[in-house]
Amino acid sequence: MSWWRPSHLGYAVRSKLADIGMGARLFARLVALFGPAMRRFGLVRDQVHFLGNYSLSIITMSGLFVGFVLALQGYNVLQLYGSANSLGLVVTLGLVRELGPVITALLFAGRAGTSLTAEIGLMRAGEQLSAMEMMAVDPVRRILAPRFWGGVIAMPLLALVFNAVGVIGGWLVGVVLIGVDAGAFWGQMQGGVDVFKDVGNGIVKSLAFGVAVTFIAVLQGYVAKPTPEGVSRATTRTVVMASLTVLGLDFVLTALMFSI
Amino acid sequence: MQHSKNDLWVGLFVLLGGAALVFLALQSANLLSLNFRSGYVVTARFDNIGGLKPKAAVRSAGVVVGRVQAITFDDKTFQARVALELDKRYLFPKDSSLKILTSGLLGDQYIGIEAGADEHNLAEGDTVTATQSAVVLENLIGQFLYGKAEESAAGAGGKK
Repeated sequence: MSWWRPSHLGYAVRSKLADIGMGARLFARLVALFGPAMRRFGLVRDQVHFLGNYSLSIITMSGLFVGFVLALQGYNVLQLYGSANSLGLVVTLGLVRELGPVITALLFAGRAGTSLTAEIGLMRAGEQLSAMEMMAVDPVRRILAPRFWGGVIAMPLLALVFNAVGVIGGWLVGVVLIGVDAGAFWGQMQGGVDVFKDVGNGIVKSLAFGVAVTFIAVLQGYVAKPTPEGVSRATTRTVVMASLTVLGLDFVLTALMFSI
Repeated sequence: MQHSKNDLWVGLFVLLGGAALVFLALQSANLLSLNFRSGYVVTARFDNIGGLKPKAAVRSAGVVVGRVQAITFDDKTFQARVALELDKRYLFPKDSSLKILTSGLLGDQYIGIEAGADEHNLAEGDTVTATQSAVVLENLIGQFLYGKAEESAAGAGGKK
């Protein structure tokens, strides 16, 4: 393998560029298929059920424990400065702004993204997608678009559930277990959390993550090599790429939203 | 339109997400009590507002009675012009005084309003004249050092 030879390098760059172009084209098609997908809402509903409802258990459990841990750690540091009363604010801001959308997106990539990639990849390997094309059924419209929009709908809802459960978890540890004053816990939280700036931006973030994770999962399944190995590689790539994209995107979005 | 059994569960899921949003909006961010839009706006000029920010609380006797609406700079008088939106449930005499205070040692700055004795109350568009600026730590330290130096100079002079 001599990848440094100009012709090989040129080929590698060209094929990567072509991959990016193909991905962008698929993304544009999926976005344009929002209307048709909603008209056959049954398909989208089944995907929301599969991606959202079945992820609910892992999301609630994680949210609860993240809330627990945030309250414990936050209390340990805050009480050094005698401001344990703002524990509620710290837990809620941490959850709503960052941890809620990000952890939900990472779990969503692992729980739902992989299953999407494997499903579509196996359809590709079993030549089901080709069979659909033979019958003049567009697989992007029939298979990919409902999954994409189902994931985009499910993700913000999951993040909201994660946040709410996390706040309750923080309350359980902070107020019930440690004994921070309940009035101060909720009062400081209500004084410092803004509905649009904090909760709203968190929802925007989770929506962006939902688009990114679901699109990567769908794309990887669609372009997977039609072999068992190809499907397994595509599934791995989904998790790696989706996680990195979420973390990178989170930095950019945070810089845009909370920088001033 | 026929229903599949998924309808029920997806409906529940969406409802759960909505409930989470309502919980966050009401319990964590307190959407309801924040927007007492029915208030009246009065302005005040301060020589120095320190670290006061828009949306900071206006308190009287510790109770939040309004919010800072906007802070602008007046280049005629070189003062800060602060617009305060006060809850219309609370009325204050015209000669009430404003003071920029800090909640706790590291807390946010807020405006304290102390009631005066005038028979007429503040109304929309009024200007409060009796204001006291924020305490700037550097000025305080400067005054203290200046006072100390003067004291020691006077002490040295007395011994001679």
